[in-house]
Amino acid sequence: MMRLPPFTYLAPRTLTEAAEMLAEHGAGAMVVAGGTDLFPNMKRRQQEPAVVIGLRALRELRPIGEAPDGSVRVGATATLQEAAADSVLRERYPALATAAGLVSTPHLRHMGTIGGNICLDTRCNYYDQNYHWRKSIDFCMKKDGQICWVAPGSPRCWAVSSSDTAPVTVALKARFRLLSADGERIVDAADYFRDDGIEYLTRRPNEILAEVILPADGVANTYWKLRRRGSFDFPILGVAAALRREDGVVRDVRIALGAVGSSPVLASDAAARLEGQRPEPDLIDEVAGLAWKGARPLDNTDLNYAWRKRMARVFVRRALRELVGLPPVEPPVELPMADAG
Amino acid sequence: MIVVDAAGTSDFSIIGRSVPKPDGLPKTTGQARYADDLKLPRMAFCRLLRSTRPHARIRSIHTADAEAMPGVHAVITGRDLPVIYGVLPVGQDEQALCSDKVRFVGDAVAAVAAVDEDTAERALDLIRVEYEDLPSYMSIEDSLSKPGEPVHVGKYGNSHRAAALQFGDVDAALEASDHVFEDTYFFQGNTHLPLEQHACLAQWDPAGKLTLWTSTQSPHYVHKELAKALELREDQVRVIAPPVGGGFGGKLELFQHEAAAAKLAMMTGRPIKAALTREEVFYCHRGRHPVLMWVKTGWSKDGRITAMDFKSYVDGGAYMSYGAASLYYTGALQTVCDRIPAYRWQGVRVLTNKPPCGPKRGHGTPQPRFALECHFDAVAERLGIPVLELRRRNFVKPFSKTINHLRITSCGLEECVEIVTREAGFVQKHGKLPFGKGIGFAVGAYLCGAGLPLYWNDMPHSSVDLRLDRSGLVSVSCGQIDIGQGSDAMLMSVVAEALGARREQVRLISADTDTTPIDLGSYSSRVTFMAGNAAIEAARRLREVLLVAASEELDVPVEEFLLADGRLRRRDGTGVELSFAELVKLAETRNGALVASGSYKPPKLAGPYKGSGVGPSPAYSFTASIVEVDVDPETGWVTVERVWIAHDVGRAINPVLVEGQVEGSVYMALGEALMEEQVFRRGLHKVPSMLEYKSPTTLETPEMRTFLVETVDPEGPFGAKEVGQGPLLPVIPAVANAVYDAIGVRIHETPITPDKVLKALAARAEGKPARYGPTSLPEYTFPRLLVVEQPAEWASQEAHAS
Amino acid sequence: MKIPLKLRVNGDEHELVAPVQKTLLEVLREELDLTGTKHGCELGECGACAVLVDGQPVLSCLTLPVELQDSEITTVEGLLDGARPHPLQDAFAELGAAQCGYCTPGFLVTAKALLDQDPEPSRERIVDALSGNICRCTGYVKIFEAVELAAARMRGEGRRLGPREEIPA
Repeated sequence: MMRLPPFTYLAPRTLTEAAEMLAEHGAGAMVVAGGTDLFPNMKRRQQEPAVVIGLRALRELRPIGEAPDGSVRVGATATLQEAAADSVLRERYPALATAAGLVSTPHLRHMGTIGGNICLDTRCNYYDQNYHWRKSIDFCMKKDGQICWVAPGSPRCWAVSSSDTAPVTVALKARFRLLSADGERIVDAADYFRDDGIEYLTRRPNEILAEVILPADGVANTYWKLRRRGSFDFPILGVAAALRREDGVVRDVRIALGAVGSSPVLASDAAARLEGQRPEPDLIDEVAGLAWKGARPLDNTDLNYAWRKRMARVFVRRALRELVGLPPVEPPVELPMADAG
Repeated sequence: MIVVDAAGTSDFSIIGRSVPKPDGLPKTTGQARYADDLKLPRMAFCRLLRSTRPHARIRSIHTADAEAMPGVHAVITGRDLPVIYGVLPVGQDEQALCSDKVRFVGDAVAAVAAVDEDTAERALDLIRVEYEDLPSYMSIEDSLSKPGEPVHVGKYGNSHRAAALQFGDVDAALEASDHVFEDTYFFQGNTHLPLEQHACLAQWDPAGKLTLWTSTQSPHYVHKELAKALELREDQVRVIAPPVGGGFGGKLELFQHEAAAAKLAMMTGRPIKAALTREEVFYCHRGRHPVLMWVKTGWSKDGRITAMDFKSYVDGGAYMSYGAASLYYTGALQTVCDRIPAYRWQGVRVLTNKPPCGPKRGHGTPQPRFALECHFDAVAERLGIPVLELRRRNFVKPFSKTINHLRITSCGLEECVEIVTREAGFVQKHGKLPFGKGIGFAVGAYLCGAGLPLYWNDMPHSSVDLRLDRSGLVSVSCGQIDIGQGSDAMLMSVVAEALGARREQVRLISADTDTTPIDLGSYSSRVTFMAGNAAIEAARRLREVLLVAASEELDVPVEEFLLADGRLRRRDGTGVELSFAELVKLAETRNGALVASGSYKPPKLAGPYKGSGVGPSPAYSFTASIVEVDVDPETGWVTVERVWIAHDVGRAINPVLVEGQVEGSVYMALGEALMEEQVFRRGLHKVPSMLEYKSPTTLETPEMRTFLVETVDPEGPFGAKEVGQGPLLPVIPAVANAVYDAIGVRIHETPITPDKVLKALAARAEGKPARYGPTSLPEYTFPRLLVVEQPAEWASQEAHAS
Repeated sequence: MKIPLKLRVNGDEHELVAPVQKTLLEVLREELDLTGTKHGCELGECGACAVLVDGQPVLSCLTLPVELQDSEITTVEGLLDGARPHPLQDAFAELGAAQCGYCTPGFLVTAKALLDQDPEPSRERIVDALSGNICRCTGYVKIFEAVELAAARMRGEGRRLGPREEIPA
């Protein structure tokens, strides 16, 4: 049986106390809420914190609600199930509710949290393996080794941002409230993620993600997820898109791709091409063609990576079509065919 | 739903009724204790050190640090378990802990027993193994062409088993054909993925007796192999199979952890538990062989097959396991659905540095069935003959013989096809659905138990002991093991029916090599047919004793009694009526202890040639399936929407369980068709986890319509045939044929993933062949052809057919 | 780090001392001998170890007992009402929805949580609720039917096992 390594467990009663514990125990400590990411990693000895600080009991981190300024606040330990079912999120930020509702399985959505999913460790099928397997390949640079096996000449780690909610927060211009013993700070989602498989967050080791703040602006938004099976699987592509329709044109276009790099990838060129334009199908095709350029999938998650890159274009197109009121998928048209026998 | 009922079920009181499994409530209430649920006083835990190299010579193993670690009871290596063993007499090539070489990442080299798993695991990290790397072979091409020391050094190197058989003059027949077509296919390897990870508990009795409780489909083969590996007499070893959490062919022989745990129990005097992780289960494997296939067929103008030429290149992994049989199975059953007047098959099984392949549901036959059914679909189109029509012109007939000497008895192929095509509206839909929607058709056939045992002998394949208690209890004892397929329920129904007892009066003891009579195990779809027939023989013996006793006691002729469902009555309804318990008391008073045994051995069916041992079976099941898919041509995504399947089960002893076997086969087939694959990268299994080895979930489940066809086989128990494996066969090619119907491309390689579909569509758009799949065969010279005479019946049968 | 634990499982109070890193799965099976809860991966990838915590299905392999000391834990053994099986347990047994039976406890507790919430779930809802449990034997069809049969019986519309047509589809 796969078992957890020994650790010291701390149960803070308040968020402040949690931050103090984290400060006290330094880099050897990690916070845990749902445990659905950290515990499998610990069982595979990918992460080995000496101290685990449990946030599960902190009710103050749990609520989801509208603030007086019109923003919506999602506590970091709100479960994915709570986020998926929340009526405010479903109405105003369906992209986030959808993404939360597509994470893994019903069981894991009862356990896993929004904060945990945003901070999800980057994934790679050279890294998400048992100790024995990783030892057989002499480990990789993300843990215990020197090399990045998916790109052996690379000086950096190419593990993949595999969170469903992370690209959504970027597309929605969410901000995160981070708390530490030194105080708190607010960062933009786009600045929270870093394009590096190892140092994939700008969060400092002593900080706890406490809250997600979703802005008041009313954009239409959606999330499309690509994966092999209807449950269990992490995204091998996520497309989060948001825009506003105004007098026949679209404004505030944001497109963020998930699972195509070590952080969510904001497709700025594509968004700029669409900004202020009438969303005709041909233009959307063109925009989708720009968006997929930022996708750099490698052979370290499920399915063929060249195919995954192609799908970025298809999924961006479908997401944008949905947002502008076109049928996302057109009825298939038979391609011209030379007679091949 | 039973749709064809040739004999009627009115004469039976139990057969044909859907009744719950006896293991149902124990399993749903958490009472059933599986191997890893067992616990004994002083129990210690075993973990195995596994190779980190795909192919390497072992220079040295240093265990001193591990031995010195507190909490460690013992550390063993190949020196402690030197014996070479294997499940096949021709495949003695495994060692419980490797001494000289490791042959795949995951091969075991040492084992530790410690106070708990954590301690044992930490001790493994203290064992140092020095390896000398050897060239590794990770594909069929590698294995046949790469220079270097073969995986096993022997006469034939990496191409360790090969065969070439010919029945009839294939070249002349092809020459004389109006049309000849050929195609190449690749069936990717995949694994069983039982939910229960292998586990065992070993206990040594210092008086010289070893008991092993283990998660196995064959206590008998584990018993034999374990005695050999431990250098014990077979009578010193007792193997007990507790309820098994899924097998599908993956738990059919001795595994390294079983031998290691047993040895450690003998050395430490403590009960030793070994429970594998999911990663280790992938290393045990013995799953579906990757097979590269080439098929060529000749046809007459009117759509009759004139000849078939078939080659299989089989990737065996690092050991033989059941591989000699697996190899022959890729050539044996091609002839069982379609009448093939001239047939040549050449096959080779090569060794590679991957976990050994072996028997998985359908054992060696799903791969060629995939190739054939896709090929026939394409041939029908090329000939311009509707596929159903083409197929019907060629189907085998009941009670006939194939060119390779297989005896077909009952055969419901026509009926199965009739039902699924009607229910699915196949003729109305095929070729006529909108682009992106498709419907595909395929058939298949499978064994009801192999006609020959794994090791040569003329003893029974299954035996059943019955004992009647004066309470009316019927105690049934049989070595068979229920791995979930419902064989316990089958035996209870068969015994109760044959004896005339109520089903509730039957108790079953099974799967214990000390206390139950032989049954070879749950494989080859043999248990219903063989244990069922053994049970009927035992029950009829006791029934006669009961009836004769009653006849003498009551002075009523035996023929005038009706004994069924726990009651003895007179046919004319007059006179006394006895309960089953009263009848037993009466008979026991007159005869003494009421015990009887029955056994079953298949008739001698093998043809007159070397290699004829694989393929014969006392009967064959037949299946037809239709699959409807949606294919998104922009993404290549294939969604299976509906499956219709009709299976000729001979007789449905317990219909609800038969349906469950059919549906489970469809499920496993869809996984293999669309997503499951055992693949390797840099010498390692790429995805040894439940998350990344993709097993379909509830959300991938299509609508399924299941139909049972009863043909009442003359030799099956109450006419029954197999159902556990056959229904898997046609589903995989039916998916591929449906994809073609949907978007006009043929995917000649499993699994049918969306990237392959898009590549085929791109090829089609460029005017290249509208397919995805292998285009060449490796360089290999097959052995000299063994030319076999056609069966004596062939000429008259042909005359009759035409 | 060994810690004292007070756990309420299937209505029974248990006091024990165990290493804090022992998951609920390990404590149930190895300390409390509640081996009805199975394990197929211990990484949250199969659903075999599901139990109910305060009525919600969670995976015991990724749950720390120290965090559950105020919770009500229910395992497959706890679905029985005294000696009487839960209608789901009966229906799974009758329809052969438990073949090898190894994934069954996870399915049962998950299905119970569903029926507690929705006594008349649609097929779609059942499929969705059970999408975190892998079964390799049944093809799921009999499992869906067993949940529907149990739900029908719990609503008082139950029928005994008979030919397929009598079971609500």
